[in-house]
Amino acid sequence: MDVPVHDVLIVGGGGAGLRAAIAIAEENPEITVAVISKVYPMRSHTVAAEGGAAAVIKGNDSLDDHAYDTISGSDWLADQDAVEVLVSEAPGEMIQMEHWGCPWSREPEGEVAVRPFGGMQTERTWYAADKTGFHMLHTLFQTSLKFDSIVRYDEWFVTGLVVEDGRPQGVTAIELKSGEVHAIGAKAVILCTGGAGRVYPFTTNSAIKTGDGMALAYRAGVPLKDMEFVQYHPTGLPGTGILITEAARGEGGILVNRDGYRYLQDYDLGEPLDLDDPLHPQKRTMELGPRDRLSQAFIHERAQGRTIDGPHGDYVNLDLTHLGERTITRKIPMVRELAVRYVGVDPVTEPIPVRTVVHYMMGGIDTDVEARTLLPGLFAAGECACVSVNGANRLGSNSLTELLVYGRRAARSAAQFVGEAPDVSLATLRTEQEAARQRISDWLSTGSSGDDTVAGLRSILNDTLEEGAGIFRDESSLQRACDGIRDLKQRFEKVRLTDTSATFNYELTAALELENMLDVGEAIAHSALARTESRGSHQRTDHPERDDERFLNHSLAYQTDREPRIDYRDVVITRWPPGKRTYGTD
Amino acid sequence: MAPTDTDPGTRPVVLDVFRFLPDAETEPRFQRYEIPYQDDHVVLDALNHVKNEVDATLSFRWACRMGVCGSCGMMVNGEPRLTCEVFVSEYYPEPIRIEPLAHFPVARDLVINMEDFMEKLPTVTPWLVPADPKPVEEGEFLQSPAQLAAYKRFSMCINCMLCYSACPVYGLDDTFMGPAALALAQRYNMDSRDGAKAERANVVTSHEGIWECTYVGDCTRVCPKEVDPAGAIQMAKLSYATDWVKSMLLPGANR
Repeated sequence: MDVPVHDVLIVGGGGAGLRAAIAIAEENPEITVAVISKVYPMRSHTVAAEGGAAAVIKGNDSLDDHAYDTISGSDWLADQDAVEVLVSEAPGEMIQMEHWGCPWSREPEGEVAVRPFGGMQTERTWYAADKTGFHMLHTLFQTSLKFDSIVRYDEWFVTGLVVEDGRPQGVTAIELKSGEVHAIGAKAVILCTGGAGRVYPFTTNSAIKTGDGMALAYRAGVPLKDMEFVQYHPTGLPGTGILITEAARGEGGILVNRDGYRYLQDYDLGEPLDLDDPLHPQKRTMELGPRDRLSQAFIHERAQGRTIDGPHGDYVNLDLTHLGERTITRKIPMVRELAVRYVGVDPVTEPIPVRTVVHYMMGGIDTDVEARTLLPGLFAAGECACVSVNGANRLGSNSLTELLVYGRRAARSAAQFVGEAPDVSLATLRTEQEAARQRISDWLSTGSSGDDTVAGLRSILNDTLEEGAGIFRDESSLQRACDGIRDLKQRFEKVRLTDTSATFNYELTAALELENMLDVGEAIAHSALARTESRGSHQRTDHPERDDERFLNHSLAYQTDREPRIDYRDVVITRWPPGKRTYGTD
Repeated sequence: MAPTDTDPGTRPVVLDVFRFLPDAETEPRFQRYEIPYQDDHVVLDALNHVKNEVDATLSFRWACRMGVCGSCGMMVNGEPRLTCEVFVSEYYPEPIRIEPLAHFPVARDLVINMEDFMEKLPTVTPWLVPADPKPVEEGEFLQSPAQLAAYKRFSMCINCMLCYSACPVYGLDDTFMGPAALALAQRYNMDSRDGAKAERANVVTSHEGIWECTYVGDCTRVCPKEVDPAGAIQMAKLSYATDWVKSMLLPGANR
């Protein structure tokens, strides 16, 4: 196979990647576009998003309110120009999804319905029952099939970004079916590979969320921004980490400790209302506080012995029983389906055991509001990118919106770039293809020497990050994580591979994923060590206060031959000067 | 009392797993793995235990492990199942036989080749063609909860391929469009916003389409998301037949 060349190559076929591909096919049909993904597009992790996507649509809401909620939710680390773009382009993107057939839940008269969500002062979260991500992903995938011009490389694993003359020339990739290593040329590359939750041991993320795009960019000299900010969701199922959506609380569910007490009232999140009070659930209050604060409250409760001891660690109860069967079945059917199947609890009659679980990376590939990275011709959108609209803590239901708005923006920027870009260097692509092929074949033929397995090293990395860079961290825990990852990187050089087959060699791809996870983990630990303040999801027990004097800025982790170099860039403030984050007292 | 091998929980889980390495083997074989029992393990967890602790050469697809990505369908004791949704305890202590989904070529071990479905899917026009297009600036199309409910069930397909694996028609003749693709066509036909039912007729009512279905109903029985493809196909048959009769009686009535 010779080297195929496209104008734009999108890495990742989830929500952001498909939105970008459709934008190019629809708005710039003269440009050739391809999507390469290690899984079929409909397997992408967007599919697992549940609660909804935020966009101002109702008369009682405003773009400024959405912006303020997002910025205060971010603990003032979001770039406010990026947030203003997000909220102003969100309604159009959501209506576009509707025009493409997304089965949004409706009001009696046929308008789209919205629900309350954590940290949002007004109900503005569009939803498709509690399978919003699933419906959005399939709507995007099916819509993408309209365009014969979108070429897909399904089940191809990208092993490297090819860079020459200061811009990307394409990628090298393994076709999983044949095991062959190819080069694919492209004048512009958009990374849309999603998050990296799998670097932690207990996560809502699917197995494929290994930070591949982040690592590709990092190795190409592009900084990873704000990697110390890792979102723990307060309500995952013990054991599996399966997500119980925030929509359960948006519909009125409450969190109680071992004494049946609504403990969030002790953590500066406001006062609880009676469950039959028509104002329950109150927005930006109690159970509808932001995720960072709720997850931190769980850790405090546990420290004081007020959580419940279970076979898979401590938990608290998410009580939905007062909502009644009709609301649960109509509004949050998947919550019931998951709870019944995986923990044997019917939420109609019993509370669901839940605990904190790694859910989302606020950090990612450094981009500007046009989705451009510092490498001309390389773009990024969705969870793998950091624009930043999420800052130190993302509000639930902003990420599905972000992948639409910034997926489309990335497409627009890439289309503009290819208009002026020179042709790719086929010679470079062939050289890189040969180098990648040689590396894989050497690895497969000699890789059986070491003592460490891929699964073994991955498990140590997971524990290293959880112990060193969990919800609460300090200098010594983070230093241990940095040291541990350095050691793991050395051990990885001799990792043992037992599968020498070409076809669907998932041990090989797991090893390549682990290599990516080690880079992502390194960036997380070092960025967290360097930020000696507490903000949003980054809580340093040795530096418990927010420090706007020194840290109203984004960390930028650059890979070097040794430890990553951490630089900083000021946060963009437009109309919302940094203030105190208050919940429950408006 | 010392545990014996007849105590529940101390006997191993026995997995008989279909293996096929096309690079090295001409025939498939079964490989037996014995692993510790855990009562909250799904079959996918057992396979991952094998992959991580026992034999890293075993290949299978998986991603979300919560029943929504559609990757991990396999034959479990002869039945197509999502392995993230079926518990080991359902079979334990009897051995569990795990094979790739029936009716598909095997790429390796438990990995099937599903390119046939991926090629068929776009042919049923599985996207909304607005009956009355308007620009985004004019807002959403109205759709009442009842109109949404009319097609919602058919929009729940996760493309897991269990229905193709259960469908006796597809097993005999893989030119059949099959349950998931036809159900999706019906999903858009029934969407109050859509106007492309007549366009879809070319493929949906072709020789490879709905009329091939003999209404065995196994697709609906095995569907993990209660999509009811058999029902969708029956509705499509009725709907297209009605259109045809109307067009005979009242020429031009359908356009």
